[in-house]
Amino acid sequence: MSLPPTMPMTPTSSDSNIAPVRYHVLHETRHQYQRSVTLSQQMLHMTPRVFGWQQVISHDISVTPLPQDWAGRTDYFGNASRSFTLTTPHRTLIVRGSATVALLRRPDAMRLAASPAWEHTRAQLRMRGQALEPSKFLFESPHVMCSAELAHYAAPSFTHQRPLLEAAFDLTQRIYNDFEFDDEATTISTPLHEVLVGRRGVCQDFAHLMIGCLRSLGLAARYVSGYILTTPPPGQPRMVGADASHAWVSIYCSHAGWVDFDPTNRRLVQDEHITLGWGRDFSDVTPMRGTVLGGGAQSLEVSVTVTPLSDSSA
Amino acid sequence: MNNPLLAQYPAALHGYDEMFKAGGQARAHWMTLLEHLGAETPEAMRQRVESVERQVHENGVTYNIYADPKGMQRPWEIDVLPFILPAAEWAAIEGAVRQRATLLNRILTDIYGAQTILAEGLLPSALVHGHAGFLRPCHGIPHVDNVALHMIAVDLARSPDGRWWVVTDRTQAPSGAGYALENRSVISRAFPDLLRELKVQPITGYFDTLRDSLTHWGRQCAARSRADSGASAVPHEALPLIVLLTPGQFNETYYEQTYLARHLGFPLVEGNDLTVRNGFVWLKTLSGPQRVDVILRRVDDDFCDPLELRSDSALGVVGLTDVARRGNVVIANGLGSNLLESGALLGYLPALCRRLLGQSLLMPSVATWWCGEPAALEEVIAELGHLIVKPAFPQLRQAPVFGQDLNAEQRAAFIAKLRAQPQNYVAQELVKVSKAPVWRSHSNSHSEPGIGASAVGLRVFACATPTGYVVMPGALTRVATGPDSRVIAMQRGGASKDTWIQAVNLPHAPPLMPPSITADNLIRGDTRLSSRVVEDLFWYGRYCERCDDITRLLRTALEFLLHTTPDARGREWPTVQAFCSWSGLIDLDEEEGHNATSTVPAVAPSVLDDLLVEQALLDAVTATDGHGLVGNLQRVLRVASHLRERLSVDNWHTLNQLAQRHPGAVQRPTLAAAISMLNDTLTSLMTLSGFALDGMTRDQGWRFMSVGRRLERLQFIGKALEHALTMPADGNLDWLLEITDSIVTYRARYMAQPEWLPVLDLLLLDESNPRSLVFQLNGLLQFLPRLTSEDSASDGTARLACLHAQLLALDPQVHFEPGNTQLLRLLGDFERAGAAVSEQLGQRFFSYTGDVNHASFTP
Repeated sequence: MSLPPTMPMTPTSSDSNIAPVRYHVLHETRHQYQRSVTLSQQMLHMTPRVFGWQQVISHDISVTPLPQDWAGRTDYFGNASRSFTLTTPHRTLIVRGSATVALLRRPDAMRLAASPAWEHTRAQLRMRGQALEPSKFLFESPHVMCSAELAHYAAPSFTHQRPLLEAAFDLTQRIYNDFEFDDEATTISTPLHEVLVGRRGVCQDFAHLMIGCLRSLGLAARYVSGYILTTPPPGQPRMVGADASHAWVSIYCSHAGWVDFDPTNRRLVQDEHITLGWGRDFSDVTPMRGTVLGGGAQSLEVSVTVTPLSDSSA
Repeated sequence: MNNPLLAQYPAALHGYDEMFKAGGQARAHWMTLLEHLGAETPEAMRQRVESVERQVHENGVTYNIYADPKGMQRPWEIDVLPFILPAAEWAAIEGAVRQRATLLNRILTDIYGAQTILAEGLLPSALVHGHAGFLRPCHGIPHVDNVALHMIAVDLARSPDGRWWVVTDRTQAPSGAGYALENRSVISRAFPDLLRELKVQPITGYFDTLRDSLTHWGRQCAARSRADSGASAVPHEALPLIVLLTPGQFNETYYEQTYLARHLGFPLVEGNDLTVRNGFVWLKTLSGPQRVDVILRRVDDDFCDPLELRSDSALGVVGLTDVARRGNVVIANGLGSNLLESGALLGYLPALCRRLLGQSLLMPSVATWWCGEPAALEEVIAELGHLIVKPAFPQLRQAPVFGQDLNAEQRAAFIAKLRAQPQNYVAQELVKVSKAPVWRSHSNSHSEPGIGASAVGLRVFACATPTGYVVMPGALTRVATGPDSRVIAMQRGGASKDTWIQAVNLPHAPPLMPPSITADNLIRGDTRLSSRVVEDLFWYGRYCERCDDITRLLRTALEFLLHTTPDARGREWPTVQAFCSWSGLIDLDEEEGHNATSTVPAVAPSVLDDLLVEQALLDAVTATDGHGLVGNLQRVLRVASHLRERLSVDNWHTLNQLAQRHPGAVQRPTLAAAISMLNDTLTSLMTLSGFALDGMTRDQGWRFMSVGRRLERLQFIGKALEHALTMPADGNLDWLLEITDSIVTYRARYMAQPEWLPVLDLLLLDESNPRSLVFQLNGLLQFLPRLTSEDSASDGTARLACLHAQLLALDPQVHFEPGNTQLLRLLGDFERAGAAVSEQLGQRFFSYTGDVNHASFTP
C-alpha cells in the first residue's frame, strides 16, 4: 500500500532536504529443543517493509539447519512474509535476519495541533464505502477486544473537538506515565482488560492497549511491528525494548493519513523506528510463528541489534 | 375427512397447516397418504414404526449432542410420516435456492478477492472486517471455475400466508445431506408402494453429482498445478484423490460423515492423516505419501490450519492455507466461507442480488435487522417484544433471546447490552412456522396412536457443478419436539422426517459427465490406506480375537460350576482357575494376601471357595475394566467406530447387536443368564470373523487385521498349552479343547476321551486346524513379509520363522507329553517373539501418532 501523495504528512520536497538515516539490523532467534524435532513449519514476518518513509537497501534471512521449500508472499496487509519447512531432524533452530534500511525523518510534533477534530475522522470511518483501507483496522481483532473500560480510559485525552493527533499524542504520554514496563508481568496471551487493571506490561501490551482505546472510540488503529535504535545518540538514554523486537501504534487521520506513536517510549515516530510490517495486532505480524512435531520442552533466545551507519558507509 | 387417526389432530389456529386447507379439507398431495393410512389396521402401522426404530438402532444412526448428560451417541430420531411437497411448489423452492447459492458464491469470492461490494458501499465493512470469520490469510485463494461454495444448506420455514422464507444459510461445512439420505433409506422401506405411487424423486443422484463435480475440479486442479510446476510428461493419476476431512468421532455429526464417506467412496481422514510438503497436501499411506487433490471438509474454517489460522487447533493440517493459495488443492467449501454465516448479511441480499446477478431475490429472508445500523437499532428496541435477537456473528456463541420472554428488568438490561455493542446483534421477526403431520405412538402420553402436528422447518441442499448449482430433490425436514417449539434445532433435541418431492414424470437423469474410468486406470487393491487406518485394523483384529478367547474361557469355566458337583470337578479345575487368573478374569492373589503371581503356572496354590470364583467369573462377564469381557468389547467398538466407513452396514448391525447386548455397568447376571449371554456373544463374534474372512477385500488393511488376529490367538493358545502342560497328568483335557474350539474335530476323529498325544498334535502341528499354533504361524509368515514392498524382514519375523522350524522339528512321540520342558520352553519363546513382532509393527507403521504439533509465537 502506498500513501496518497497529496497528504501533508507524507515525505515532501522540503522534508527530503534532510538526508535519510541508515541502519543495520541483526535479528537472531534461537530455539533450543529438549528432544529432536522431525518436522518444523514456520512463517516469518521478518522482512522490513518498503513504504514512503522507509527504503530497504539489503535484506537477507538465513536459517540453520538449511530448510526445504522456502516460499514468499505478500500478505493481506501488504507485508512481505516468508515461510519454510524443515524436515532435517534438529534440536536447535536458528533464524537470522539482517537488513540495511534508510529512513526519512517524519514530521515532528509541531504539526499535531494542525490535525482536524477526532470526531471528523470518526464520522468519515462510519460512512459505507469510504476509507476502505482504514476500515480494516477499525474492529476487534484476536488480541484487541474493545470495551467501555478502554473508551473510558481514553476519554480524558479525546475531549470534544480536540485535534486527533494532539489527542493521540496525549494518550501516548498517559500510557507511558500510567503503566510500568515489566517483562515478567504479562505473556502474549494476557488479555487487554488485565493489562488495563494491572498497569504493567511490555511494548506489545502497550500497543494493544492503545489500539483498543482508539478502536473503542470508533477510530482506526494498526499495530506496527519493528525495531528501535539500540545504541542511543550521545547524551540520550537508551530506549526501552531496544534489544528485542518492538511494537507501536499507527493511527488513521482523515487528513494526514497514518501517523505512528510509540507509547512505550512516549514519542512520535520519526527516524529511529524501523518498520517490519503492520496488521490489526500481534497475531497478523508475529515475527516468527510456527509449529513443530516433537521437540518436547523448548527454550528461546531472541537478540536484536540496531546499528546506525555513519555517512561514510552510506 | 372422517378418519379416526385424525381424532387428535389439532386445528391450526394461526399458522399454516401443511396437510389441511383452512376449511378442514386435505390438500391434494397429502390425500393419498391419508387414504393409505386410513385403510390400514393399527397393527400394520405399529409394525412400520417398529421397523423404522429397529433400522435406526441396527444401523447405529446417531447424532451427538454436546450438552446431553448421556453424552455421545444419541439415536437419530425419524418420524415415520414423510413430509410431502408437490412438483410445482418444489420448482419455486429449487429455483430460489439455486439463485441464492449462486449469489452467495459471488459475494464470497468478491470479498476474498476484489472487494468491489465494499468499495461500492453495498455492504458495511463491519460485516467483513468486523467478522471474526473473515480470514485474512485466505484472501486471494484461487478457485477453480470461481467456485468457493461447493455445497450449501438453506433453512426454510413457511409463514401463515403459505410463503417460504429463508431463516439461515449454512455455508461452512453444511451438515444434514447424509442424514437425508439415511432417512430416505429407512422410510422407503416403510412405504415402498407409496413412494412409487406418489412419484417421489430419488435423491441418490444428488450425491453422484457432488462426487462427479469434485472429481472434475480435482482433475483440473491437478492438471493446472502440474502445468505450473513445469512437469508435463508424467501424468498425475487420472483419478483425483478426494478425501473427507473429519474433526473425529466426537463431532456431533460424525455418523453422517462416516455414512457419506462410505457412500461417496472417499477415504475418511483426520488432520493427522494429512501432511503438507513441497506445496502439496499428502495422505500418509502405507505405500508412502499420496497427493490429495480435493478435501471435502467437515472441519471448521479456522481449525483447518494451525500455522496460519487458529494455532490451538489439533484438528487441522499445518500449512493447508498455503497449499490452497498456491492452487494446489481444492477445499470444499473454500476456507473462509463461514463469513457468510451471519444473520446481518440477510438484509443486504436483495440489493446485492440486483447488483451482482441483475435479478431480484426470488425468496425473501425472514425480516432481519442488523443493529449495527443506528436506525435499525432504534427500530429493534421499539419492537423488541415481537423479535428474536441473535448474535450477528457465529463466533459469538450466544443463545437467541426472545423479546417476548423478557420482563421489564431483563428487558432494560438487554437493551443496555444492545446499545453497548450493537454491531454484535441481529433481530429477526418471529415467524409462526407451519405445522406438519407427525405420528404419535402410544408412548407419547396419548391414549390411542394417531396423527398429530408439529412445527417443521426444511433444510434444502445444493451443490455446485461446472454448469451451475444443482438442488437435491429432497430435504431434511426438521421437527420441533423440544420444549420450545419456536426453536427447531437438532442440537436441542429435534426429530427429522424424510422429505418427498413429487415428480411430474419420474425423471431419467442424464449423465452429467462422460464415463471417467477407462481400462487404463482401473484400480485393484487399495493404495490409499492411511497409517491410522491400518493401525486401527490391526487392533480391531486383536481385540475381536481377544473377546473370542475370553468368551470361550469364561463359558468353559462357568460350565464347570454349572454341571459338575464340587467333588467331581476334576484335577484340572485348579488349572482352569489359574488360566482365568492369568487372563485377568479372576484374582487368585487376593485370597492369598496379595502375593506376587508366579509366572510359572503351577497348580493353583489354593483352591478357592467355588462361590467366590463363580462371583468373580460372573463379574468378569460384565466388567468394563481392562480385563473383563465388556471392557474388551468396548475396545472393539471404539476401534470399529474409527473404521466405520470401511465396515459394511451388515457388519455394523452385528457390532451394534454386541453393543446393545452388553450395555456395561449392569447387575451381576445369574449363572444361566451369563452362559446364554456368552453363547450369543460368540455367535456375534463368529459372524464378525465371517465378515472378515468372506466380506473384506484382501488388501493391506486386511492383512494388518489378520496379523492382529493371529498374533492374539498365537499368544492365547500358547498360554493355554503352557497351563495345560503343567497340570496334573490325570486331569481331563476337555477344557483345553473347549477353549480352543477344537472339541468337535477331536471327537469326530478319535471318538474317545482326549489323550495327550492326539490333543497336542491337533493344537500344535495340525495345519488344517484354524486354532492350531502352526496355523497361526503359517499365516503370520505369509502376511508379515507382504506388509511392505521393502525386502527386509523384521527381527521379530525372522525369529518367528526360526521358531516355526523348531516346532516342525519336534517329535510328537518324544515331546508331546505333559511337563515336557523342551515344549514348554518353545512355547515361552513363541510368546516373546509374538510380543516383539507386535512392537516392531507399531514402531514401523504406527509410530507417527507418537508426536503432536506444538505451536509457537516468537516476538
